[in-house]
Amino acid sequence: MNAVSDMRRKSLLTMLQAAPLVAVLLVFFGVPMMTVIVVSFCDYEHARILPTFTFDNYADLLRSDATLRLYLGSIKFTLFAWALTLAIGFTVAYFLVFHVEGVILQMSLFLVCTIPFWTSNIIRMISWIPFLGREGLFNHALADLGVIHRPLDFLLFSDFSVILAYVHLYTLFMVVPIFNAMARIDKRLLEAARDAGASRWQTVRQVVIPLSRTGIALGSIFVVALTMGDFFVVKVMSGGQSSSIVAAMYNEIAGLQFPPAAASAVVLTAVVMAFVAAILRVVDVRRELIG
Amino acid sequence: MSNDTTASLGQPVTRRQALARVAKTTAAATTITGFPLVWAQNIKDVKLLQIGGSYSNMAEIANQASKDLGFQVSMQATDDNTQINRTLTQPSSFDINDINVFYLEYFLGRKVLQPVPVAKYKHWEKTVPLFTKGQYPDGKRASMQGIAPIKVQYYESREAAKFSATPTEWLTGVPSVYNADTLGVRQDLVGRKIEQWKDLLSPEFKGRAALIDIPSVGIMDVAMALESRGDIVYGDKGNMTRAEIDKTIAIMLELKRSGHFRAFWSNFDQSVNLMASGEVVIQSMWSPAVTVVRSRGVQCNYVPLREGYRGWGSVLAPMAHLSGLKLDAAIEYLNWYNSGWVGAFIAKSGYYSSVPSTAKKHLSADEWGYWYEGKVAASEIKDAFGNAVARKGEVRDGGAFWDRMGKIACWNSRMSEDRYLTKRWNEFVSS
Repeated sequence: MNAVSDMRRKSLLTMLQAAPLVAVLLVFFGVPMMTVIVVSFCDYEHARILPTFTFDNYADLLRSDATLRLYLGSIKFTLFAWALTLAIGFTVAYFLVFHVEGVILQMSLFLVCTIPFWTSNIIRMISWIPFLGREGLFNHALADLGVIHRPLDFLLFSDFSVILAYVHLYTLFMVVPIFNAMARIDKRLLEAARDAGASRWQTVRQVVIPLSRTGIALGSIFVVALTMGDFFVVKVMSGGQSSSIVAAMYNEIAGLQFPPAAASAVVLTAVVMAFVAAILRVVDVRRELIG
Repeated sequence: MSNDTTASLGQPVTRRQALARVAKTTAAATTITGFPLVWAQNIKDVKLLQIGGSYSNMAEIANQASKDLGFQVSMQATDDNTQINRTLTQPSSFDINDINVFYLEYFLGRKVLQPVPVAKYKHWEKTVPLFTKGQYPDGKRASMQGIAPIKVQYYESREAAKFSATPTEWLTGVPSVYNADTLGVRQDLVGRKIEQWKDLLSPEFKGRAALIDIPSVGIMDVAMALESRGDIVYGDKGNMTRAEIDKTIAIMLELKRSGHFRAFWSNFDQSVNLMASGEVVIQSMWSPAVTVVRSRGVQCNYVPLREGYRGWGSVLAPMAHLSGLKLDAAIEYLNWYNSGWVGAFIAKSGYYSSVPSTAKKHLSADEWGYWYEGKVAASEIKDAFGNAVARKGEVRDGGAFWDRMGKIACWNSRMSEDRYLTKRWNEFVSS
């Protein structure tokens, strides 16, 4: 009896402790999300949402070729951005943690990584435009060196420039969690691996990667969610040549067509959640963080 | 709309109706100075907030209004979507709506705006006939393609539930800023004279042309070009049928695949940078963007084209929640707006006033000659902020006021098939 009431009191206490967060999530996430879901089933006419239940928004969305193309386009960008930010992020974190001696130097170099983030995303992105343009610095430099005779067009307003901007903008989101995970690896494990005759590559593969997978998973979630939900980088860096799921949504909102935009938002949320679920299936982030 | 505007026979006459009647009977003879003492004392506490596009909602104009009127006028610049959303969902959060006329349809029957009685607006007689009658001064009818201002200038009645094609006593708003849009061209890089819209699609500019990434405007620029090239004859470029949209988008897709367009711009600065850097030599553009490129010493022209211009305009509409003293102040502000100072200020960005005769008084003879009469600048022409925009001896692109506004081929628009257009446009951009 006593044990049961004790447990009850404990669970009540736990619920009370969680209550503020639940309340915040309900108000700022639950309610807006529910609104979006409700609106996605509404009909509409000029700037007016009609409260009649319809599947048309979803039917239109799922039947359109554009939807598939948009998703394939966004997934392509996401894969490139994810692979490159992971490769760079992992390398940078590895260097900082295992090759830099002394915590002070380590932390200062880590802070150096964040310096570009002292300016806004938009400025960092837009600075590429005069650099990569047809009349830009890079083309001029190549031409002066005699490497090229006519400017390279693919550098700007292309898939290349979009991926470049993603990697530039999002690599830090990979560096930070991986750095954090690696910093907690017991250095003696690496020595033990070396003593056991493992090569450096074997150590990385069999010791470092498994032990930093929480960081890799968290970083991947950041990069995937940011890239899938982006519309501004694609719009600016592709010069409007490529689109993204959210850019299409933005066009709908601009036309005050909220229900189809809401339907598109619901589908995108589901897809991104599926990605995140897949990542979490591979790595149990919660357990690793506690453990 | 506020309750006191729905009074019918038998109901007590409200203060506003009484004022309206007084205003009507005393007509134009009454001037601003004839207000009762109480009015003059209380009006100092009135605050009016106007929202609208950044090109006409500037602190300079608000400060001058506050100074001249004796009550506080402030302005907030918004983008179109925010403005429409705010008008529909928070109509009491501001007082004056500086809105593009093609959006007015969204607000019909929504009771968010209130009409301006012609009797209370002093400048209607002197207003350009393009707005009062949909005609040019010589009586010729202006283009009705797209949302021509005359289609949405009058309400049938004070209930503001329906537009009237013929003049009534109720204005949807006071015409504020308007202009004739065309293509921007890097004259030094194109190597020849650009005279027709079809040049936008000419293969010689492959990879060096750009288009505005706003569906209803972008497709219209292409439509002007396709009509000029002889591909399609549209019933109404501002209100295309599905078949016309399909045909246009099909050609646009082909052009995009062939690499004709270097970029699709979505804001002012992008259009300036594309042009100034030489990345693009011919594109959709706005007048002040051309001015900015020129002020950087780059030869950019807003070329007059044989087929005519794409026109647009805005009105100032008082919000429905205004009543009593605040409404009086709002009407006073509308009368001030077109009394000359603002007209001169916006003229220096290349925009026109709906009552040019008042703007003329606030411009030098040389400025008036350059901006309105198509005359050679006798000295350097500066914009409202003191930057030089034309050297001595230059003439405004397109020339005089009626040479530009007299050749509107089509007005900016919101099409009946806009739902379909957005869908197809998204397909176009994503392909």
